Amino acid sequence: MSDPIIQMQGIKKHFGNVIALNGVTFDVRPGECHCLLGDNGAGKSTFIKTMSGVHKPTEGTITFEGRPMEFSSPRDAMEAGIATVFQDLAMIPLMSVTRNFFMGREPTVGRFIKRFDIETANRITMEKMRQMGINLRAPDQAVGTLSGGERQTVAIARAVHFGAKVLILDEPTSALGVRQTSNVLATIARVRSQGVGMVFISHNVRHALAVGDRFTVLNRGQTLGTANRGEIDAAELQDLMAGGQELATLEGSLGGTI
Amino acid sequence: MATQAAASADERIKTESITTRLMKRPELGAIGGVILVTIFFLFTASPSMFTLAGIMNFLTPAAQLGILGIAAAMLMIGGEFDLSIGSMVAFAGMIFGVLVVNMGLPLILAIPLTMGFAALVGAANGAIVLRTGLPSFIVTLAFLFILRGASLVGLKVFTGGATQLRGVRDAVAADWLTPLFSGHAFGGLFRWMADHGWTAKLASGTPAVPGIPVSILWFVAVTLIATFVLLRTPAGNWIFATGGDKNAASNSGVPVRRVKISLFMLTACAAALVAIITVIDTGSTDARRGFMKEFEAIIAAVIGGCLLTGGYGSAIGAFFGAIIFGMVTIGLTYTGFDQDWFQVFLGGMLLLAVVFNNVIRKRVTGER
Repeated sequence: MSDPIIQMQGIKKHFGNVIALNGVTFDVRPGECHCLLGDNGAGKSTFIKTMSGVHKPTEGTITFEGRPMEFSSPRDAMEAGIATVFQDLAMIPLMSVTRNFFMGREPTVGRFIKRFDIETANRITMEKMRQMGINLRAPDQAVGTLSGGERQTVAIARAVHFGAKVLILDEPTSALGVRQTSNVLATIARVRSQGVGMVFISHNVRHALAVGDRFTVLNRGQTLGTANRGEIDAAELQDLMAGGQELATLEGSLGGTI
Repeated sequence: MATQAAASADERIKTESITTRLMKRPELGAIGGVILVTIFFLFTASPSMFTLAGIMNFLTPAAQLGILGIAAAMLMIGGEFDLSIGSMVAFAGMIFGVLVVNMGLPLILAIPLTMGFAALVGAANGAIVLRTGLPSFIVTLAFLFILRGASLVGLKVFTGGATQLRGVRDAVAADWLTPLFSGHAFGGLFRWMADHGWTAKLASGTPAVPGIPVSILWFVAVTLIATFVLLRTPAGNWIFATGGDKNAASNSGVPVRRVKISLFMLTACAAALVAIITVIDTGSTDARRGFMKEFEAIIAAVIGGCLLTGGYGSAIGAFFGAIIFGMVTIGLTYTGFDQDWFQVFLGGMLLLAVVFNNVIRKRVTGER
């Protein structure tokens, strides 16, 4: 088992007197998909923001590639290779796939006047999308014409192209239909096989079980340990997320439908 | 998990016909408008409108408006408005007039100074919008009045009571930079064409059209540069991204604030350029210069395909939008219609353009 790329030990994050994270331990190894499961309000977004350099932890250490790491901005984290695909995907529907793909990081040609090298950009975009299993009609197709799953894939492909070593996916499947979910999960599997460490954040146990190698449950700002694939089943994860009792009683009345 | 190693072509994506692709260009509406307006005047106006002299006649006001319209279009693509550009023309005109007439500065100093002043006001506009988070509509509306008032008061101070400053032409007549901003270009070519009988001559033997007015060349140059920047530079991509969704843009590393401030400075400088061209041309500046031009510029941009919500539009569209304006303002004088129909036309055109743009936007994004 290879060493973790990023390791978070005993992370606490307080906002004034609100304790958002209260002892989170989490790591990601290259080429694995580590799922972080948690219900709404469990602290998932604070966790993501801490990992991606938006928040500084109040307590605890983050080790990145063996060295203690202090990110002063999301930009730092991005440069180091920690990329986040947020739920809004940072995509602009009116702009073409290529323009979205290279937004903020445009390749240029020309010595005196730096031109946006749109030919190269188009070629790379088409190629990367084909590798992800999406055949674009044309690279100048607007992102607005893509489906939710395809947009997710563009966002993932973009992060990988720009050198992500750790890729944090914030609820990538929450708004998708069945078919599109399976496409996104396939993308995750494909990217994982390229050696990228994936952090899959979700509250959907089944989606997590489909691609996850390890599972960590976050409940009320705390991680409750990590389980390997095969050591835990959906019902146990579900119970941990809900904090045990409440769901069990609820489940009785719903006849085991969730 | 089934991984598609080689994705097969999706049978549900139809290949697009050329017409569909054309339909998605933002400038389509404006080009269609130019064709319609041309047909209208071909039937109603006296044929002299479409002689060389007639064309220059309607292109000159189009050029002045167009320089503003293209800057307004770029700002709109970046997601903001600037209602102060009309007043800015008067304000920059006053600064320029005072610099060359009262202070006797040569153009090589007066022009950069005027541009600098304008850029400063533009930057102030942008900084206030970004700092307060207020809509740029309101902030620049305030500047519409502030700059107009400042021009009135300023002109009275500098002229000793008048709202018009004369004597610019004498002051710059001998300046080597003057031909860049006023008069006609390609005089030799036009004389040669007239001598060969290809174009009309006046009774005195001089050609009816002495050359292309310099402002038209500026207009074309500004269109080309703006189009290049928008479509072929990283900065252009940042402008589209900033207007499309500023959070998404800044999450992707686009310097959103810098883009917006630069665009406000650009619109102000475009207003200053128009001020310099018109002030040198007429030889005087007055406080009513550029009146209502902010609205006309925005309308030209909207006719040119800019969405009011930002993130979409084109400089070429604004170019044609401005030409429609020029054709109609001047064209009505060649017809038997009352010229005041112009305003009715303006409103109608704006309404039509906005409705049309909405449809186009849905086509582009595939919204249903």
